[in-house]
Amino acid sequence: MSRLTVPKTYKLYIGGKFPRSESGRTYEVVAADGAFLANAAKASRKDARDAVVAARAAVGGWAGATAYNRGQVIYRIAELLEGRRAQFVDEIASSEGVSVAEASAQVDLAIDVWVWYAGWADKYAQVAGNANPVSGPYFNLSVPEPTGVVAAVAPQGVAGGSLLGLVSVIAPIVVSGNTVVVVADERAPLSAISLSEVLATSDVPGGVINMLTGSPAEIMPWLAAHADVNALDLTGAGSIDGAKGETWVDLQLAAAETLKRVVAPVAGIPRPALERITAFVETKTVWHTKSML
Amino acid sequence: MAFLEYAAAPESASILNLKAQYGLFIDGEFVDGHGDVFDTISPATEEVIASIAQATAGDVDVAVAAARRAYDRVWSRMSGSDRGKYLFRIARLVQERSRELAVAESLDNGKPIRETRDVDVPLVAAWFFYYAGWADKLEHAGLGPNPRALGVAAQVIPWNFPLLMLAWKIAPALAAGNTVVIKPAETTSLTAMLFAEILQQADLPAGVVNIVTGPGSTGQALVTHDDVNKVAFTGSTNVGRMIARQVAGTQKRLTLELGGKAANIVFDDAPMDQAIEGIVNGIFFNQGHVCCAGSRLLVQENVHDEVIDRLKQRLSTLRMGDPLDKNTDIGAINSAAQLERIRTLSDTGESEGAERWTADCRIPDKGFWFAPTIFTKVSAAHAIAREEIFGPVLSVLTFRTPAEAITKANNTPYGLSAGIWTEKGSRMLALVDQLRAGVVWANTFNRFDPASPFGGYKESGYGREGGRHGLAAYLEASGWDAPAALSAASSAPASASASKPARKTRKAVAK
Repeated sequence: MSRLTVPKTYKLYIGGKFPRSESGRTYEVVAADGAFLANAAKASRKDARDAVVAARAAVGGWAGATAYNRGQVIYRIAELLEGRRAQFVDEIASSEGVSVAEASAQVDLAIDVWVWYAGWADKYAQVAGNANPVSGPYFNLSVPEPTGVVAAVAPQGVAGGSLLGLVSVIAPIVVSGNTVVVVADERAPLSAISLSEVLATSDVPGGVINMLTGSPAEIMPWLAAHADVNALDLTGAGSIDGAKGETWVDLQLAAAETLKRVVAPVAGIPRPALERITAFVETKTVWHTKSML
Repeated sequence: MAFLEYAAAPESASILNLKAQYGLFIDGEFVDGHGDVFDTISPATEEVIASIAQATAGDVDVAVAAARRAYDRVWSRMSGSDRGKYLFRIARLVQERSRELAVAESLDNGKPIRETRDVDVPLVAAWFFYYAGWADKLEHAGLGPNPRALGVAAQVIPWNFPLLMLAWKIAPALAAGNTVVIKPAETTSLTAMLFAEILQQADLPAGVVNIVTGPGSTGQALVTHDDVNKVAFTGSTNVGRMIARQVAGTQKRLTLELGGKAANIVFDDAPMDQAIEGIVNGIFFNQGHVCCAGSRLLVQENVHDEVIDRLKQRLSTLRMGDPLDKNTDIGAINSAAQLERIRTLSDTGESEGAERWTADCRIPDKGFWFAPTIFTKVSAAHAIAREEIFGPVLSVLTFRTPAEAITKANNTPYGLSAGIWTEKGSRMLALVDQLRAGVVWANTFNRFDPASPFGGYKESGYGREGGRHGLAAYLEASGWDAPAALSAASSAPASASASKPARKTRKAVAK
C-alpha cells in the first residue's frame, strides 16, 4: 500500500524569504506529458520591484565581502547541491521529460559550473585589472568592481537546461559581488525554486540572489526600466513575445533610458566564460600622487 | 606695471596655413560635401576662421562605403606590425606639427594655448604612440588568443577636446584593425582637417580614416548607418541615451563616454596648497568644459572657510582672455549656446538660494566669456549640484564624516570621476572602494594618460578608453575554451531560445 505524498508549495525567493506572489496569482507547471506537477507563483510587477529593493540592500555586504569569502560561499552552494542532487534529478526528469541519466548529467554540470565560477572570485580582478605605466609620478591602478544590481532572464525552454541554464546565468553575475533578480525558466521552474531552498540554507546572504517565477515577457519590462537596476542580462530573453509583440529589443530600448549595461540573448545555454563575469563589472582607475623624496 | 599685470605674449597664428574652405575627408581625399557649408568661428573674437562642409546622409554613405572597402581590401589584410608603423608615423607627424596644431586648436576652440600646447597635443601624440605598439600584440590584450577587429567604426566626438578626443577614438580603432568614419563636433572641425593632412603625409591607405563634418544630423546618419559595426560616442548623457536606443537590437557594439558631476572631496588633513591648485585645475581647466570636471567640491566643514578664502584668492590671480596669449589661464567659452546654458544654470543656482561669487575679471568686448564662479551654501537638491554645467562654475557643499562624504559624492546618476584630498593613505583607499566612479584621483585631479583606462559608471556611460581596456572596445574577444569537464554546458541545443530577428535600426529610432 503506497503512502499518500506531501507535495511542496513552490514560492518566490526574495530577500532570503519565500513569499507567495503579492498578486496571489499562480500558474500550473506541467510535466512534458502534460500531467500536473505543481502550482508556481506567478510573479508580478510588485514582486519584481520588491526583489530589486532586496537586491539593492544586499549589494553593500556582498560586494564588500572579501573575494575569498565570496568564493567559499559560492563553493558551498555546490556542496549543498551535491547533497540534494536526488531531488533535482527528480524534478528535472519529470518537468523536462528527460531520462534520469540526462537529468543527472545536468545536475552534475550545474554543480561543476558553480565550482568553476567559485574559483574565479579571487582571481578575476587580477586578470581583468591592470597596473598602468603612466607618464608621470603617479601610482595608477585599474580594478574591476561589481556593477550593482543585475536583472536577468534564465534560458527559457532549453532542453536539458532548466537548472544548468539558470546556474550558468546567475553564477557569473554574483561571483564578482553583484546581486541578481532572475526570472527562471517559465515552463520548468521547479528546480529553480528548489535551488532557492539550497541558497537559503547555504551562506549566501538574503537578497543576493532573488528568484522569480512567472512570465519573463510580463516581468522583464519593469526590471528593464527600473532606475535602480544597473545591468540587464537578456541571455534567455531571445524568445520573449509580449502581449503587444514586444521582443527583447524593447527591453534594450527601455534599458537605454538609464544607460544600463545589456548582455544580448544567447541561443541555448551560455558556456562558462570569464567574459560573463566581466560583462557585469565596472573598471575603476585610481591615480595617486607620488611625492618627491 | 602693477603686481600680476603681464605684458601680452601671444603665440603667433602665422604658423598656420589654413584654407578658406574645408571639405570632407573621404577615401583619402578632400571632397566637397553635398550639404550647405557653415562657418567655424573663433569663440574669443567671433571672427570666421574657415568654412566647413556639411555632410549629408548621402555623403555619410559614401564615407562608410570607403571605410568598408578599405577594411575589406587593405586594413584587415595588413599585418599588425604594418598597422602599427602607420600609427607610429602619425604620432611623429603630430609631434612635428604640434605647435601648429596647438595654435589651431586654441583658435577654433577658445582654450588657452598653454593647455593645447602642454596637454591636448602632447597627449594626442602619446595616444597614437601607445596604441601603435598594441597593433601587433593583440593576442596579449586579454581577450583570447585570436581577437578580431569589428569592421567599420562610427565615431562621434565632442568640442571640448577636439583633437584629443579624435585621437582617443581613432588610435585604438586602427590599432585593433578597424577602419573609421569620424564626425567632429560642429563648432570644432578645424584640427580634424589638419589631422587629415597628417594622414595624407603619413600615406595612410585611402579610406582607413574618413572624416565627415556637420551638425547632429550628420552624426545621427553615421551612427544609424546599417553598415557600421561599432559606434563610439563621447558627449552628453541625453545624446548618449538616444544613441543607445538607436543601436538597440542591432549587432553594433557600443561604447559611450557621457556626462559627469564629479565630487572633489577635501578633508581637513589635505595637503592644502596642492588641494587648492587641484580644485582650481579640477573645475577651471579648459573653462570647465570637461566631462570629468570636479564640479562639486565637498569640503570638510571645519576647513570650509579656509578653503573658500584661499580659493577666492587664487581665482583672483587667474588671467582670462586671448586664448593665444601664453599668459592666459582661462580662455573663451566654446559657443554662444554653451555660454547661454552656463548663464541659465548659474542664475538658477542664485535663485535657488546658493551664494554666488565671481572672480573680478575684465571680460573682453567680443567673444563668449564667463568668469570663474563659485557657489557656496549649495544643497544637494539644487540644480547646480545635480546638473552638469560644463563651465567654470564650482558648487561647494560640506560634510563632517567620511560616510557623509561618500553618500553625497555618490548621490548622482553620474559616475565618471571623483577626487580625494587627504594625507591619510588608509582613509583614501577606503574611500576609493566606496566611490561609484570610473576614475578616482587622489591628491591630484584631471590627469590623463593613454595607458590609463578612462570611463564612467551608471549614466556616465559604458566602456573604457585608454589602456588595454580601451583596446577591448574595438575587438571581438575570441575567448578561451571552457574546461573540458564543462564543455557539455556549451554544446546545449540552441532550439527553443534562438533570438527573434533583431529589428531594423530605423524602427528602433522611432521609439
